[in-house]
Amino acid sequence: MKAYSLFNKDLASEIRTRYAVNSLAMFILVTISVILFSVGSEKVSENLTGGLFWAVIFFTSMSGLSRAFVSEEERGTALTLQLIASPTTVFSGKLLFNLILVFAMNIVVAALYSTLFDAFIIKNFALFIALFILGNIGIAVSSTIIAAIISKAGSKGTLYPVLSFPILLPLILILIDLTKMAMGGLEAYSAYVELAALVCYNVIMITASYMLFDFIWKD
Amino acid sequence: MSNYLLKIENVSRSFGRRLIFKDVDYVFNSNGIYGVSGSNGSGKSTLVKIIAGVLSPSSGKIIHSAGGLNISSEKLYNHIGLVSPYLILYDEFSAEENLKHIAQIRGIEYPAQKVNKLLERLFLLERKDDLVRGYSSGMKQRLKFIFALMHSPELIILDEPTSNLDNAGKKTVYEIITEESKAGIVIIASNEENDLALCKEIINLEQFKNKNA
Repeated sequence: MKAYSLFNKDLASEIRTRYAVNSLAMFILVTISVILFSVGSEKVSENLTGGLFWAVIFFTSMSGLSRAFVSEEERGTALTLQLIASPTTVFSGKLLFNLILVFAMNIVVAALYSTLFDAFIIKNFALFIALFILGNIGIAVSSTIIAAIISKAGSKGTLYPVLSFPILLPLILILIDLTKMAMGGLEAYSAYVELAALVCYNVIMITASYMLFDFIWKD
Repeated sequence: MSNYLLKIENVSRSFGRRLIFKDVDYVFNSNGIYGVSGSNGSGKSTLVKIIAGVLSPSSGKIIHSAGGLNISSEKLYNHIGLVSPYLILYDEFSAEENLKHIAQIRGIEYPAQKVNKLLERLFLLERKDDLVRGYSSGMKQRLKFIFALMHSPELIILDEPTSNLDNAGKKTVYEIITEESKAGIVIIASNEENDLALCKEIINLEQFKNKNA
């Protein structure tokens, strides 16, 4: 309940300041436009569009999801949060906000992408929904804990992609593989190992994040 | 009368190789106003942050207990109110919105009556719906007192409590500090003579420097 109240505060703040939404929206538009212009009239293979789809999502996440903690540190309100909530509440509230943001953002990316790229055709929709949900949870959890770590550092802008790359790489690789399978129309049982790996990644990241956050949050 | 006990046990803090203070040892075991003094850079704010649980000591420990039971660091925020120059409230919200959000995050019912009384005493009632962004530094400082007091904490920590305040604001703040000290422990970290004059005991951090370290 307290975490939900923190989420509400962040949502009200976001509606007033557009701190994350504007940069995310711009990034989505710019990245998709750049891909469209660079592809031109070339015929793009199905596999490539699947890979590019997650590349767009990866870079968009880089641009907007760090805001959860960075904005609190930059504005000096992190101390206020430390004085009104436990570390668990803070992490849960920020994670909930990033989850909603990631899902909203990626639904827009998926809609735009499938409209603009003819080759992006999903044949096994159930598998795509499963990987989309699990993938978004993974991205939100990883981005939130990385944002908490870099918010305490000096050079936030550089550190975020540097830290995110090795942490998100296994997730993105599995997601690209699964997207290929969903585009190829493979049955869900063929993707059992990849889906299990995705679940494991999320469980590990959630557990590690809650264990680490207390140490990160306190100076 | 609260049964709050605050023990500072051999607390030292360094930043890198620079020692700020060493082996601060003190027990706050009765209600009243206590002072922390020392020159600029002596570590007043650092000690205050360590007591508030937002900064870890390099060595030593801080024990908070209420009613004979130790308070875990996870729950400490329920028992503490802090006012300091480096505390910043959300400037995209009005004073009342800030306080409502904070009450919700704390998990307490918004104490409207208490808040309105404090807003009136601190001359903010008419401006409670204005965005904090438009407040002067003195108004922001007064709002921080409401932030620190609205959940009725047993331990109130005030770092430079009268900074940016005019005479009327200072007078009200001193009245509030005196009232709160009857129900709990108030710690004032300051160099202002008038602030320290309220204190029954003062810790001078200059005594906890190890010049040879």
